[in-house]
Amino acid sequence: MKTTPIIGLEVHVELETKSKMFCGCPADHFGKEPNTQTCPVCLGLPGALPVPNQKAIESCMKIGLALNCRINELSKFDRKQYFYPDLAKGYQISQYDQPFCSDGFVLLDSGKRIGIERVHMEEDTGKLQHTILEGKKVTLVDYNRSGVPLVEIVSRPDMASSAEAKEYLKKIHEIVKAIGVSSADMEKGQMRLEPTINVKIEDEDNTHFTPLAEVKNINSFNFAQQAIDFEIVRQIEEFEKTGIEKSVTNKTTRGYDAVKKITFLQRTKEEAKDYRYFPEPDIPPFIIENELVEKLRGELPELPERVIANLVDLDIEVKYAKIIYGNQEALNAIFVIARSNSDAAISDKIDLNKLASLIANKKIDITGDIKGEYLKATQVGNTNTDELKTVIEKIIAANPDVVAEYKKGKTGVAGFFVGQAMKETHGQADPRTLNQIVTDLLNR
Amino acid sequence: MHTVTVTPDEVKKIGKLANLPLQENEVALFAGQFTQTIAVVNELNEIDTSNIPATYQVNGLTNVTREDKVDMSRILSQEVALREAKHTHNGFFVVNRTIDSDAEELL
Amino acid sequence: MKQLHELSIKEVHDGYLNHHFTCTDLVKHFLARIEKYNPKINVYLAMNDQILAEAAAIDQEIAERGITRPLLGIPFAVKDNFLTSGIVTTASSNILRGYKPQYESTVITKIKAAGALILGKTNMDSFAHGSSTETSDFGPTLNPWNTGHLPGGSSGGSAAAMAAQLATVTLGSETAGSIRQPASWCGVTGFKPTYGRVSRYGIVAMGSSLDSPGPIARCVEDCALVTEVIAGQDGKDATTSPSPVEKYSTNLGHTDLRGMRLALVKEYLLPDMREDVKNLILNSADKLRELGATVDEISLMDPHYAIGVYTVIQRSEVSSNLARYDGVRFGHDRDTFCEETKRRIMLGTYTLSAGYYDAFYKKAQAVRTKIVDEFNEVFKTYDAVIGAVSPGPALPVGASKNQPMFGEMEDILVEPSSIAGLTSVGLPCGFVEGLPIGLQITSNQLKEGTAIKIADCYQTHTDFQLFPDLDKTL
Repeated sequence: MKTTPIIGLEVHVELETKSKMFCGCPADHFGKEPNTQTCPVCLGLPGALPVPNQKAIESCMKIGLALNCRINELSKFDRKQYFYPDLAKGYQISQYDQPFCSDGFVLLDSGKRIGIERVHMEEDTGKLQHTILEGKKVTLVDYNRSGVPLVEIVSRPDMASSAEAKEYLKKIHEIVKAIGVSSADMEKGQMRLEPTINVKIEDEDNTHFTPLAEVKNINSFNFAQQAIDFEIVRQIEEFEKTGIEKSVTNKTTRGYDAVKKITFLQRTKEEAKDYRYFPEPDIPPFIIENELVEKLRGELPELPERVIANLVDLDIEVKYAKIIYGNQEALNAIFVIARSNSDAAISDKIDLNKLASLIANKKIDITGDIKGEYLKATQVGNTNTDELKTVIEKIIAANPDVVAEYKKGKTGVAGFFVGQAMKETHGQADPRTLNQIVTDLLNR
Repeated sequence: MHTVTVTPDEVKKIGKLANLPLQENEVALFAGQFTQTIAVVNELNEIDTSNIPATYQVNGLTNVTREDKVDMSRILSQEVALREAKHTHNGFFVVNRTIDSDAEELL
Repeated sequence: MKQLHELSIKEVHDGYLNHHFTCTDLVKHFLARIEKYNPKINVYLAMNDQILAEAAAIDQEIAERGITRPLLGIPFAVKDNFLTSGIVTTASSNILRGYKPQYESTVITKIKAAGALILGKTNMDSFAHGSSTETSDFGPTLNPWNTGHLPGGSSGGSAAAMAAQLATVTLGSETAGSIRQPASWCGVTGFKPTYGRVSRYGIVAMGSSLDSPGPIARCVEDCALVTEVIAGQDGKDATTSPSPVEKYSTNLGHTDLRGMRLALVKEYLLPDMREDVKNLILNSADKLRELGATVDEISLMDPHYAIGVYTVIQRSEVSSNLARYDGVRFGHDRDTFCEETKRRIMLGTYTLSAGYYDAFYKKAQAVRTKIVDEFNEVFKTYDAVIGAVSPGPALPVGASKNQPMFGEMEDILVEPSSIAGLTSVGLPCGFVEGLPIGLQITSNQLKEGTAIKIADCYQTHTDFQLFPDLDKTL
């Protein structure tokens, strides 16, 4: 029997806009007193109307572009209708059949492409808290989070292992942070994950598919990996016991218990949910012009993959590149040195990989004179400039013809003096310092 | 043209979807009335709309958005936000527990 | 000498400027009338208890600065679906019994900024679901012309308030006929602006793609003056038009309609329409010809189809818009909805549900396109389309009971123009059996000026602006 897991991931990203998706309430809701950041719109009061946030929509498209999606020319908002205490209006304004972005992909390190079905815009719900008041089980509702912009990234079920899923999630996380649209802080719930898992089981005669399970309430990549692993095993066992295959009506929703490391059945809905989607009549549709798409594309920073690749091109090892790619100061330093290297004499060139490793290990101060700091950090021998000056002056005095060649423009001959000085000092001198002194003296 | 009958069972299902409590007599009443109403609506099938797009926005507007900035003028104080609710507690709205799974009690 | 309740907006302002009376006088006059007549016709649901203080402040302002704001000191009756700060707003439904709005609608803020006062909130069909005002949870409103008859709806309270002259001017809203039809049944003038011309922010939503707030007044002139103030783009309503608001009052006072091309819709002369009603409409066409307009007979899609389109779209949108009434943040439980509202929510849920969306909602919106296109064709040639507002005069009290599609059926003649988002004036054009009949003058989107011009000219050259003598009729 051959089993192949089929995993899809739904990721919700909370955008860090100033205001909410459809109203002017502050979007930054974490840790605020309950129900202090609401207005008629996000509280769902009679007569209130939504007006969409331009920046949120642009952020959604940026995420789409960074994930290699197509920005759809025509898009609109739709109402997704269901009743739940955290949903003030009794419907969520989301996107159904015409999302802002479609058909993208994420490249895993192995080269495998994970398809992205769509990236769309929606609004967050309020927050629920269960408790007991006067002996009765109740739920407390806080609508501060209601209406905060959410971008939903839906992958194709292209992942075949929990490791691939974890890698995919990490890449999404990196990209979202790199674009700057969200801190994607998992602990604050700014990035939420929902894997949907089933398993393809092939025996000698037939191919079977286990029923789909969607797992909610996962707030870390490790938990996602564990939940997926557990679920795969559980589904295979379940199938061996019952032989039940996937159907349109038997998709289940499960929760994840991080302590027991298990998934458990959460809602026993036999019927598929009927959200009665229809186009949001309070918000006119969108016709997205190419101009806007190109403008947004231009605003995208270089994405992690590309930056790392650029660093590797400079002969920097991947392990260092992966550490420093997000540090703008480090990148500036590297590129400045790389440029000066192209004009410098061979003996003057700075080893970029060495520089990167120093930065990665926080062993160098790159806020000022990078070259100087680098020399200090990499000195391997005597740097006593007075002593070495004496040595070199002697050699210069003894070799006027070489000096003459240098003065004629053959600056490469400086290496001769460095070599002689090294011999004189029995290899004890710091070559960099020698270099510096030789250059200074010759140019005097 | 065939007639569509809306059955009491369908009415009950719709009642659940619409979160409306219905009495038995209402179910029967609505089933009959909806059948009548749908008959009128189905007359639309006499009109050929095979190549005609739907109009969702009758005044032709597109691309209406607002700037991303905080609007202090519309924010309700906690007091006003809670004022019209029947049950509140320490700044929260209160509803009777609807979720059946105990596992969601992550306290 | 006209009595205070018989004055138009201009006449009230003249009265203030010439010191014939004060705002406080006018308000007290209305309050006395309301006390006397309201119990008999059930027009007002809630009154503004601050109004005398407000009137005093306005008198102060007039004394110091004269009339510098367009609606200064004008007492309004406002349909109870407009959220008004400080006055309970219920949309005539028990589910909002006692609801004190936590914010105010844009239209109300605008009229207040223009100096208007609100006398009180008027009765309506519960959540605007109806064309009779009989579905109100607070009792029906009765027609001031004949209390055995309905005032129409859903803005029946406002129309009746206007007919009974219990305010200088009133506000209503139309989804499909809810301004024009009660105006017609009560013999007053109602104006439905283009969809998106006036902000819906702060008005209890019914049909989001249809709702159009507008005035119901004693004359076209007052409709024009009020619309100038309430129209305009609103940053809080994404469906409002960015088109600049015209000065509609410049379309008033034309002595003739030479050069105007009008179209009388054949299909709006319904096969089962009473002869006397048909004749009034045909007479109106003749009158308009007398005034210099050409009136051709044209053919449009049978309005019967508009009933199906409107029923599906409106009820679908209603079912969604009323989902927020769950008793958590405001209001009472969902079992307090009245039967008509439950019916509409249910039908709307059904038409949007899985498997039915394409057959119903999508189909209706496609037929809607046909209706829109057809009107666009017509307006290439014509300035306005005319016809009756309603198939007949006001129906007797009780007529809407046990009629699951009463509203949609009664509004057959106004549904096409509402579905297309057009602008239209409904004004009186005669009487049958002592009850008023209304004429509709409908122009293309954003052509309010044209409709007003034609309606005003017709009105000032006819004698149908009549008001019942309440001491006789009530």
